[in-house]
Amino acid sequence: MPEPFPSDSVGLVTPARQHFDQPLELVSGRVLESYDLVYETYGELNAARSNGILICHALSGDHHAAGYHSPEDRKPGWWDTAIGPGKPIDTNRFFVVSVNNLGGCKGSTGPNTPNPATGQFYGPDFPIVTVKDWVNSQQRLAEALGIDRWAAVIGGSLGGMQALQWAIDHPDRIAHAVVIAAASKLSAQNIAFNEVARQAILTDPEFHDGRYYEQGVVPRRGLMLARMLGHITYLSDESMGAKFGRELREQKLQFGYGVEFQVESYLRYQGESFVERFDANTYLLMTRALDYFDPAADYGNDLPTALRRASCGFLVVSFTSDWRFAPERSREIVKGLLDADRNVSYAEIEATQGHDAFLMPLPKYLDVFHAYMRRVADEVGA
Amino acid sequence: MELRTDLQLISEWIRPGSRVLDLGCGDGTLLRHLRDSRQVTGYGLELDPDNVIACIDAGLNVIHSNLDDGLQQYFDDDSFDVVVMTQALQVVHYPAWLLTEMLRVGREGIVTFPNFGHWQCRLQLALGGHMPVSRTLPNPWYDTQNIHLCTFRDFEALCRQKNIRILERTVVDNAHRTSLGMRLLPNLLGEVAIYRFTR
Repeated sequence: MPEPFPSDSVGLVTPARQHFDQPLELVSGRVLESYDLVYETYGELNAARSNGILICHALSGDHHAAGYHSPEDRKPGWWDTAIGPGKPIDTNRFFVVSVNNLGGCKGSTGPNTPNPATGQFYGPDFPIVTVKDWVNSQQRLAEALGIDRWAAVIGGSLGGMQALQWAIDHPDRIAHAVVIAAASKLSAQNIAFNEVARQAILTDPEFHDGRYYEQGVVPRRGLMLARMLGHITYLSDESMGAKFGRELREQKLQFGYGVEFQVESYLRYQGESFVERFDANTYLLMTRALDYFDPAADYGNDLPTALRRASCGFLVVSFTSDWRFAPERSREIVKGLLDADRNVSYAEIEATQGHDAFLMPLPKYLDVFHAYMRRVADEVGA
Repeated sequence: MELRTDLQLISEWIRPGSRVLDLGCGDGTLLRHLRDSRQVTGYGLELDPDNVIACIDAGLNVIHSNLDDGLQQYFDDDSFDVVVMTQALQVVHYPAWLLTEMLRVGREGIVTFPNFGHWQCRLQLALGGHMPVSRTLPNPWYDTQNIHLCTFRDFEALCRQKNIRILERTVVDNAHRTSLGMRLLPNLLGEVAIYRFTR
């Protein structure tokens, strides 16, 4: 069979599963007695075990960051632009681990998996987990994989927040943190967006207080609305204008409330396809984790004090048209790191694509990323 | 790699182990030299994305920002031993303010800039009646980043006005060499000046 994948792809990948019996104490005070994490790896762990990279996913992401699950797959993993042979996260040099977070809906223990205590789906009984909890669970996975210290922990958006938390919570176990299109905490406006998304789900008649699995239904309309709203905030006015403008589906106005503008059609499609691949309870949980994220809160609400705990090098990246996590929010992180006297480089990438730019193959962005990762690789002997 | 003479002169003025901020650090040549030869730590501030990439490639700490906003946004008082700015004073919007900012965040400042009082400039303006174009100022007036050109005398007058104490001055030509003439008549014969100053 001819190789069906591009030469700079990691090719066919298979998810792995790790079971943990050691109870995990959560920030909320609740305890997960046991849990599973599903993850993928790309590249080879070197003999010194020094070339491990942890990829942290964002709100709607999962462990499938690069490559293909089958030759028939039309699309590769969500960060295939950045991960692969010769790419910024070069799998010829690094051993890349990408994990589905606790509470996710792609195989790791979460609302849509059975609670071993009851045999029923967790649903709304699944504890709300925080970024700190994710980092602790990822640390357990690192132990299981024999990685004492990550060459880098990398993520965009909510993933970047995990990288930041890693740097603060486990300074000895991380050599570099790459924090892309993130913030050190959410603004009121950001929490407000999350709240509207949650209300859309919570008020859907088919939500059934989160126990919709047993009813054989999904809160389709609520989840779809949540995604449509979220999607608008991930794009920019400019990119939506360029993509759709005021283009109509039919030639003339219909004087009704059906789909008339192309942008409406696009948003509905995005919402509908999201319902097919994502779980409403997980969406609630992920948005809460975002709202709660505030590493400075444990250190007298002083970000530099929190960041003084870190000892790794930092790369911070933002995108000019991102208004969900605007450059100003990344500059707050940079300022905190400068005040804390840490090693940091910061790049503000000119981009029209809004928050989603962090997933795009923008040449300057990939050059910055590549330059930093080459330095990481050299440093850790990858 | 051979270091430009002006950068060589600057690095001799910086004590080993100092904490340095380089404003408009370019591709990081000076910071890299200071790190490798004088164990200097610190950051560069740079606006050009390709230069930012070059600095990251060199393993330097670089902050992507313009100088006018960057200093105020990022740096607290007395954060650095030395703040350096090479060949950027003439391109910033508020040079006088920037000089005081340099001495707010650092104990000492070092700047280099082209001398608009060089005899060739004077000759072109006086006899030719046109804006000078020279080796150090190669662009025509309508197509230059240099919006705040000055002579050495102007710079020193500004320092007096701002209570900035000049500690050292070296004057060189475009190839960053110095000569007896330049030492005797710097404002006429010098093309580039390097000043070290403090509060």
